[in-house]
Amino acid sequence: MTGKKIGQKTNWPVTLLLFLIAAVFIFGPLYMTVVIALKSPQEMANVLALPKSIQWDNFRKAWEMTEFPKKFANTVFITFVNLGFTIVTNALASYAIERKRKKSRFFNLMYYYFISAMFIPFNVLMLPLVNQAYRFHVDNVVGITFLYVVFGMPMNTFLYTGYIRSITENLDEAAMIDGASPIQIFFKIIFPILKPMTATVAILSVMWTWNDFLMPLVLLSDKKYQTLQLAQFVFQGQFNTQYNLAFASYLLVILPVLIFYIICQKWIISGVVSGAVKQ
Amino acid sequence: MKQKKKINVYFYIMVVPMAVLFFIFHTFPFLQGVFFSFTDWKGYGDWNFVGLRNYLNIFKDKNVLSAYFFTFKFAICATVLVNVLSLALACALNTNVKGKNFLKAVYFLPYMLGTLIISYVFKYIFSNIVPMFGKAMGIEILSKNILGTTHAWIGLLIVTIWQSMAFNTLIYLSGLQTVDKGLYEAAALDGATGIKRFMKITFPLIAPFFTINMVLSGKNFLMAFDQFLAMTNGGPGTATTTISVLIYKKGFSGGQFAYQSANAVLMFVMVVLISVFQLRVLEKREEKVS
Repeated sequence: MTGKKIGQKTNWPVTLLLFLIAAVFIFGPLYMTVVIALKSPQEMANVLALPKSIQWDNFRKAWEMTEFPKKFANTVFITFVNLGFTIVTNALASYAIERKRKKSRFFNLMYYYFISAMFIPFNVLMLPLVNQAYRFHVDNVVGITFLYVVFGMPMNTFLYTGYIRSITENLDEAAMIDGASPIQIFFKIIFPILKPMTATVAILSVMWTWNDFLMPLVLLSDKKYQTLQLAQFVFQGQFNTQYNLAFASYLLVILPVLIFYIICQKWIISGVVSGAVKQ
Repeated sequence: MKQKKKINVYFYIMVVPMAVLFFIFHTFPFLQGVFFSFTDWKGYGDWNFVGLRNYLNIFKDKNVLSAYFFTFKFAICATVLVNVLSLALACALNTNVKGKNFLKAVYFLPYMLGTLIISYVFKYIFSNIVPMFGKAMGIEILSKNILGTTHAWIGLLIVTIWQSMAFNTLIYLSGLQTVDKGLYEAAALDGATGIKRFMKITFPLIAPFFTINMVLSGKNFLMAFDQFLAMTNGGPGTATTTISVLIYKKGFSGGQFAYQSANAVLMFVMVVLISVFQLRVLEKREEKVS
């Protein structure tokens, strides 16, 4: 859009415009969320003004009302246990699939089996899944974590196999001659090389499980199993017009993500890009 | 050499359990859905085979047809707008701006936040902030809550664009960064600048990134659910009921398990067809260009 010469000169009009748009459209809603969460209902007439005195009490009330610690613990459990299991099991499976695809029809079939499942949206199988989940007693926190690990397979197989393809098989063979078993080869040699792709898988997986709403909505009907996202939905009725409490509650949910983003921003951005470009 | 044929049992151990679990919890429910779509099961009690009756009824059902019409209208508008705006934003970010990394991080922020919470925040903006400004400035159309009117879908479109632009912009930007700056200088010598340069040089080079974005956004918007449930719950009336919302509402509590399963299968077929179609068309265009 510069049109003119491409030099190293700063393009001030575009810079200014971009900062202005960011201020209004990104920081605007964020500012509003913070301000509402910090003020009292009496001050809501002047919604966008700064609060006269900060109402930390909103957070305490929202905390108690939504049973934040319980929901937070559930969400953290789902997110991190899923993360650990996903990385190990999905990478292992992808390794076996990719290495044996050319030699065995079975592994080639597995490859297409998982990859083609990427086309099946969750919404399409959610009705029967709920019955199945009930039958296998996975309609709880541990169960849904397990389901996330399984449901991540298509996407992660796709990401991992693409990366494993680029690792020369000579490495495996050399280790095999030294007497290492396939499992040892994977953990000692392949897994460390997979690190960049593991970062991508980890970020996508964390974002998915932390922010997911639909799967908890249909599977976690018991109050004690609710996640943070689901709790926001469930408590809409109780928040009613108590916007200060509602926004304090939203802020409590997005704060961990914001902190995570501020710290790992570079990794997250490059992880998401390499995940998407692989597709 | 002989060993090559024999595959170590460990490789099977790495895959088979995962495949079995995937079959039980993913493939089997999917097949079950397909199976029950040919029955009259309510989600409980007895059932009978009804052949294609559910599928035929879908095409006579005003609720379902309007949900399909609405979902497509929404998905097309959102896909086009998100991609046009993201591309423009990415181009702007790709110029020599100050604080580029900071801006890039800020514009990517919406991707990090859950759709549900974004929807609640925007619901408040539409119901309180926008009308406040609308009244203050005397603009009639802005002074009432758009989510309560027949234009509710525009509010949903805005939220969807707001969130989806983050991802699409990032992808376009990473595409633009692969373009060799030397090409621009060569183009400038030939007198190609501005829009012409963009159409003739930049765009063809980032075509693969365009394909990724079109396919992913198309699929996501056809599935849109969270923002609809949070902001309008499909209303007012059924004005903003997407296919996903319809399946959720009627399938779980409306006693229409089999009927909505047929609806889900139909949606699945459409998503696959559209994705494949998009990939074919866009990749063919990529080839022609390069």
